[in-house]
Amino acid sequence: MNKYVTVPAGAGELKNLRAGDYVYLTGTIYTARDAAHKRLYETAEEKKEMPVDLKNQIVYYLGPTPAREGQVIGSAGPTTSSRMDKYTPCMLSLGLKGMIGKGKRSMDVIESMKENGAVYFAAVGGAGALLSKCIKKSEVVAYEDLGTEAIRKLEVENLPVIVVIDSLGNNLYETAVEDYKAKFLE
Amino acid sequence: MRTIHTDKIIRSIRDMCIEANLTLSKDMKCRLKSAKEAEKTPLGKQILCQLNENMKIAEEEQIPICQDTGMAVVFLNIGQDLHIEGMDLHDAVNEGVRQGYKDGYLRKSVVKDPLIRENTKDNTPAIVHIDIVSGDKLEILVAPKGFGSENMSRVFMLKPADGAEGVRKSVLEAVKDAGPNACPPMVVGVGLGGSFEKAAFLAKKALTRNLDQRSEKEHIRTLEEELLQEINQLGIGPGGLGGSTTALGVNIETYPTHIAGMPLAVNICCHVNRHVHRVL
Repeated sequence: MNKYVTVPAGAGELKNLRAGDYVYLTGTIYTARDAAHKRLYETAEEKKEMPVDLKNQIVYYLGPTPAREGQVIGSAGPTTSSRMDKYTPCMLSLGLKGMIGKGKRSMDVIESMKENGAVYFAAVGGAGALLSKCIKKSEVVAYEDLGTEAIRKLEVENLPVIVVIDSLGNNLYETAVEDYKAKFLE
Repeated sequence: MRTIHTDKIIRSIRDMCIEANLTLSKDMKCRLKSAKEAEKTPLGKQILCQLNENMKIAEEEQIPICQDTGMAVVFLNIGQDLHIEGMDLHDAVNEGVRQGYKDGYLRKSVVKDPLIRENTKDNTPAIVHIDIVSGDKLEILVAPKGFGSENMSRVFMLKPADGAEGVRKSVLEAVKDAGPNACPPMVVGVGLGGSFEKAAFLAKKALTRNLDQRSEKEHIRTLEEELLQEINQLGIGPGGLGGSTTALGVNIETYPTHIAGMPLAVNICCHVNRHVHRVL
């Protein structure tokens, strides 16, 4: 089902999305990948002040290519989410409500998503040129020294994503493959 | 004796890094296009449409196909009758990569030390494989490799008794485990035989072979064709969201091996299987 969601979303809006929903996101999201997650996690562990408030926010696992002159951002597709799994329950406990990436998540992450009413979206991996078109503004807001891995605040317009794991723990990666087999192979 | 200056090598590698990240080879484009027509699920079809559209935007607007512009893997086949003058050859390769990744607005994805993880900020060093061959030419192959799929690659030290069935089972296991993480539809490079490291090298090399060119050995050709069919029945599909297109091709390279072993390496690549070839 196609849905249009403005982000950051109001209470419960992301929680009510279901695995398989095709969603167009418009509004503000943040980027963070491996190195930024490690720092955020360590900052939270040490109970120091976080460089961004993750409450009700969505994080896009992205490290873009540099922008050419006149471009907002370079190629901007998702990276593999599982590398962030170690840090994700901590981010969710800080109020993070959505993640955009690609690939499987751990059981710990899924349990934490259920507890915190969060949702996991997949963007199409390897479609970085296409996805960059939906990004209208990009600004580094933390960890500038990390280069591509810095935290960016993005303004997106109709960024196409698919709900893969919803807040009930339904997992499209598992069901879609089984559905395909049942429909076409048996 | 023919002489070539490293300045020429630097320029070539620079250009090849940029070209590889903006446009795919003809065979890859064809496979992606026909997969879009053949895909059985609507969502799979939609994703394949996006991937085709993405390639078009990349080429027209000079935006890299994928933000992971890879670690530069460079194969050099140096003719034994060729003299290379100028700087150190490894330095020349790295200079080419440095210039290509800077001038092409490509992502710098290399860290200095696997544990300390400080970015080198110019995507060097490259992974360089040098071979000495007959003739007086220099053959260069630049294959930037993304790590979403690299991380899902495997080495299996199979036993001779495992036979073709063992190979089939292990390749399918690797592809199944890779699933959505490797950005399917993928290309599967298989190295069979040799030693532990030779198998891995062959698997990487296999990824750079034209997908329309099958193995010259009949039993290997059959295995390539059967494996592609079996992989596409796993149902993983485009983006791992179900469908009939899980792999665009399976290439197997082999080498003689020891009486006691059968090393097998599976190097998985996403649909952005990049390689540019030039002869100087």
